[in-house]
Amino acid sequence: MIKLRGICRNFQVGDQIVTALNHVDLEIQHGEYISIMGPSGSGKSTLLNILGLLDRPTEGTYWLNKKDVSQLEERALAEQRQKNIGFIFQFFHLIPRLSARENVELPMLLAGKSANARRERSRDVLKSMGLDDRLNHRPDQLSGGERQRVAIGRAIVMEPAVLLADEPTGNLDSKSGDEVIQVIEQLNQEGISLIVVTHDPEIGKRADRHLTLHDGEVHHDTKKRL
Amino acid sequence: MKIIDTIRLSAQAISRYPLRTFMLVLAIAVGVAAVVLLTAIGEGARQYVNGQFTSLGTHLLIILPGKTETSGAGVTGVLMGETPRDLTLQDAIALHRSVHVEKVTPIILGSGTASWRQRQREITVIGTTAEMLDIQSWRIELGQFLPAVDMDVATPVCVIGSVVKNEFFGNTNPIGQWLRIGDTRCRINGTLAQAGRTGFLDSDELVILPVANAQQLFDAPGLFRILVQTTGPQVINQAKQDIIKITKSRHQGEEDITVVTQDAVLETFDSIFQMITLGLAGIASISLVVAGVLIMNVMLVAVSQRTQEIGVLKALGAQKHQILTLFLTEAMCLTGLGGLLGLVLGNGGVKLLSILTPELNFTAPIWAMAGSIGMATTSGLAFSIIPAWHAARLDPVSALAAR
Ligand SMILES: Nc1ncnc2c1ncn2[C@@H]1O[C@H](COP(=O)(O)OP(=O)(O)O)[C@@H](O)[C@H]1O
Ligand SMILES: [Mg+2]
Repeated sequence: MIKLRGICRNFQVGDQIVTALNHVDLEIQHGEYISIMGPSGSGKSTLLNILGLLDRPTEGTYWLNKKDVSQLEERALAEQRQKNIGFIFQFFHLIPRLSARENVELPMLLAGKSANARRERSRDVLKSMGLDDRLNHRPDQLSGGERQRVAIGRAIVMEPAVLLADEPTGNLDSKSGDEVIQVIEQLNQEGISLIVVTHDPEIGKRADRHLTLHDGEVHHDTKKRL
Repeated sequence: MKIIDTIRLSAQAISRYPLRTFMLVLAIAVGVAAVVLLTAIGEGARQYVNGQFTSLGTHLLIILPGKTETSGAGVTGVLMGETPRDLTLQDAIALHRSVHVEKVTPIILGSGTASWRQRQREITVIGTTAEMLDIQSWRIELGQFLPAVDMDVATPVCVIGSVVKNEFFGNTNPIGQWLRIGDTRCRINGTLAQAGRTGFLDSDELVILPVANAQQLFDAPGLFRILVQTTGPQVINQAKQDIIKITKSRHQGEEDITVVTQDAVLETFDSIFQMITLGLAGIASISLVVAGVLIMNVMLVAVSQRTQEIGVLKALGAQKHQILTLFLTEAMCLTGLGGLLGLVLGNGGVKLLSILTPELNFTAPIWAMAGSIGMATTSGLAFSIIPAWHAARLDPVSALAAR
């Protein structure tokens, strides 16, 4: 489903060039569960941003569903993000003035879906997150774990193929963190490809496949050679 | 993204910052209210002047001594005060030859000192004829107007306006009393009902003499004006031609008068007042441009406050134009609210003015209301394009990382 070849990402800092990713090759199949680990600054977030089409590689080619997306213009990228990618973040990034339900509905709203369709879907999604009694709560009325579950709901409401999580438990206590991991693992069971960036080895170990980055290179990949 | 959803998202964003929203809405409202109020005043003044002229009576022609280039601009000629040849009483009498002329009344205007017993007062004297009563639509309160005699007959009578009457006689009956004006004396024949200013004359302050007496009093044969009432509004132009022809034949073939139709005077004043109203509207709309600058500022702040949010929207698949639309809509909602509040405030002010000065009819013209709303919206839109564009162009990764 995902194929990266020779992906590089350089940042210009002053007159220095920082290489965040250095010739990364990677293949990911439908429904895989992958953890990405590595020291801080090793390029985990950068890789995830490129996978999520939020960022573009400086060099290299990225095929998503056999389509070369490394050359797409902005409009098409946004479209791909809407259809194929779900993102969750360490800091949840919910819109503070919108209710849980409205936050979840946001991607559908941007996609121009009708209010009825949104209501139904957001209720189902939040229900599956165990938040049926939190539909109309605003983020500041929710606990951290609940907020992250709302964010997951928002990420999957458009039924993307991939769920990308950048340190999803980094801002949670271990109990809420476990709950969040259980929720996304459940989603993986149901078929979504799951890629989790973490530096908690306990969480990293749970994935089927472990990727370790070092200085922008894939240092270790437990992918079974077929 | 559906329009209704866009508006709802914007409304939610607006209500999140009530103080900011209030200040901005107020700024726009003040601008719109200013336009509404000032144009209402301009319109009120225009309608007032219009009303004054209409009260002069319809199908009226005004003849002035001296020729100006185009009769339409006759008013300016009068203002310049050029009088090459006098209009005489005989000129006025001769106008009766035209079949289209119904009434002719000459006017001499001057000032003098009136006295009765020990009381003395500066007054405006107008010399005219009995026809003036109808032409000016004056009303008699006591006694009678000037006697209907030939223009060139001097009879020592006069009619006084209500203010003159009150100042000399208070509540006592002045009819039959002898008023001294300059070195002549005249018997008071009647008094005018209070009317206020109509046209160029304030009848309340007048002493009205037969025109021949006024000529003797001022020792000047020249007429200030001749007013002609035609037999109907359709024959105004024929009457005007006749008048010019008759006078020309009496003035050695020289066309040295100006005939002004009331319409022309009215139009001149009308356009002057329209210009004034437009000018007022223009000045007031500057405040809307200022409000626009304010909108830009506020929207720039809004964008930087919500940078992360913009990053999230982009991560969720929002298109550039959607972000742009969201922020423009937000600005539009603010200006829309401001505009509405401005209309309410402005029209409230107009109501208040109308209560304070009931003799003027203040109403803000529709074009001013629509224009000020349009102006506010345009200004809001124009000035929020830069912030909204700034938001739309943000790079999602750095936007998400913003603090
Ligand atoms: N926008 C940026 N500008 C400059 N340097 C950056 C930027 N983003 C990331 N980097 C650099 O790229 C490297 C990888 O960063 P990142 O992917 O965030 O690491 P990780 O998520 O593994 O901690 C780091 O050295 C970081 O300083
Ligand atoms: Mg990181």
